[in-house]
Amino acid sequence: MKYACMIYTSEAANAEQFPAGSPEFNEMIAGYMAFGEEAGAAGVLIGGDALEDTSTSTTVRVRNGDIGTTDGPFAETKEQLGGSYFLECKDLDEAISWAAKIPGASHGCVEVRPVPDFG
Amino acid sequence: MPTPERVLAQLVRDEWPKLVAVLVRDLGDLGAAEDAAQEAAEVALSRWPHEGIPDQPGAWITTVARRKAIDRLRREKVGREKTELLAQLELRQPGPVPVEIDLTEPELRESQLGLVFGCCHPALAPDAQIALTLRSVGGLTTTEIARSFLVPEATMAQRLVRAKKKIAKAGIPFHVPPEHELLSRLDAVHQIIYLIFNEGYAATSGDEHVRTNLCDEAIRLAALLASLVNDDAETFGLLALMQLIHARSDARTTDDGDIVLLEDQDRSRWSSDLVAAGTENLRRALRLRQTGPFQIEAAINALHDEAITPAVTDWEEIVVLYSKLFGYRRSPVIELNWAVAIAMAEGPDAGLALLDAPALSESLDHYRYFHAARADLLRRRGHSAAAIVAYDRALELSSNDAEVRFLTRRRAECTPS
Repeated sequence: MKYACMIYTSEAANAEQFPAGSPEFNEMIAGYMAFGEEAGAAGVLIGGDALEDTSTSTTVRVRNGDIGTTDGPFAETKEQLGGSYFLECKDLDEAISWAAKIPGASHGCVEVRPVPDFG
Repeated sequence: MPTPERVLAQLVRDEWPKLVAVLVRDLGDLGAAEDAAQEAAEVALSRWPHEGIPDQPGAWITTVARRKAIDRLRREKVGREKTELLAQLELRQPGPVPVEIDLTEPELRESQLGLVFGCCHPALAPDAQIALTLRSVGGLTTTEIARSFLVPEATMAQRLVRAKKKIAKAGIPFHVPPEHELLSRLDAVHQIIYLIFNEGYAATSGDEHVRTNLCDEAIRLAALLASLVNDDAETFGLLALMQLIHARSDARTTDDGDIVLLEDQDRSRWSSDLVAAGTENLRRALRLRQTGPFQIEAAINALHDEAITPAVTDWEEIVVLYSKLFGYRRSPVIELNWAVAIAMAEGPDAGLALLDAPALSESLDHYRYFHAARADLLRRRGHSAAAIVAYDRALELSSNDAEVRFLTRRRAECTPS
């Protein structure tokens, strides 16, 4: 079964806890690289990407044929989507055990949701 | 005197967890498993009164259920997966004659455990876990579960449908968790069973039997769990605790529905069978040498239950046990119970000193039992005016008729002479 693991952390807290270039930041990045390697080696990682900050977001809504855009994410939330991984796991327990290894799970959270198979 | 229908229905319900577990293993889908189980149960209940109970009721129902599942699969639009599943099932069901269930005892145990762990998976909301466990393991009908929890039947039906949908779509597995997760997952199952028990405990004599029977259901579930995981001390501890509490249920209320406190209960109305069973299960727990909070609470209740009169209750030992309990759970309510025990062991002043500690009295200010307990100790001490103030506070917080009557009576006993 395919699962999306969506990583939610507070960008404001991240700026404080993991300032760019700091040892904490480097450790966090190393954690993500290690996860990618481990999940890849286990044959579980299908894909995924990090995202730029929500300050770079643009939200598109089309109503009555009009394309409207607003600056920023779709809603103001306490934690923001920072990236996702797509994993192939045999069941939810396996997906959960991988999600727990994602660094974001330790200071934010990871939402695990199945990807439907329309095949 | 149970009617033949009730006897048969109970027989079917006794087989239910094994039946559903085997079908889930066969079909990989809880909904399909339950549908097949339900159809087979209906066949059994309509045929057994005429044909007699088969030698192996479990095997009989399972065979019929599997056949129903096969029929259903044939009728549905089948994709490749289902065609393969159908072929596998048909291989195992060569003829119409009921055969032995083709699983070993360990496989049967494992399947039932998997069913329990799946129903109590943390990815499901607690309400959903409770409903699923009662339905799929306990064999209660949706109607019975709805009535047990004072919820409209449609709501309960929806809750079950949503839970099964999540199980299917999110891939919640029905298996025994790996070693490193086993204890914490078992703990989650314990909590669900205990929630069911407490719902039954909260039921009043005016409620339907199906609601007061939740205590029996919880005990059945814990007994099943103990038979499947026979080396977990806290499972036996939980079972013992519930039996030892439920043993006193007949004496807890008067015919009018008034509360009778432990010290005033007619102990001849306690169930000696349940006390014996609870005590034996506590012993089994302790022999496993894995101490834990359910065992400690069971031990406290065992001390109450073995006291022939309130006066011979071993309060000193109860105080020691509460101190041990603090190592696991330290809540204001447990501290309250501990203070009451100390009052019994050492006198009201000792208890009052603890209850008046600012940290405790602040955190329990909205808890009516705190004020009732304080009032009681003050009353025993002869501090009538202060006792009346405390009873008034408890009455303010009380909404239950029986409690109000009880507290009012006690308050009246305080009129300063």
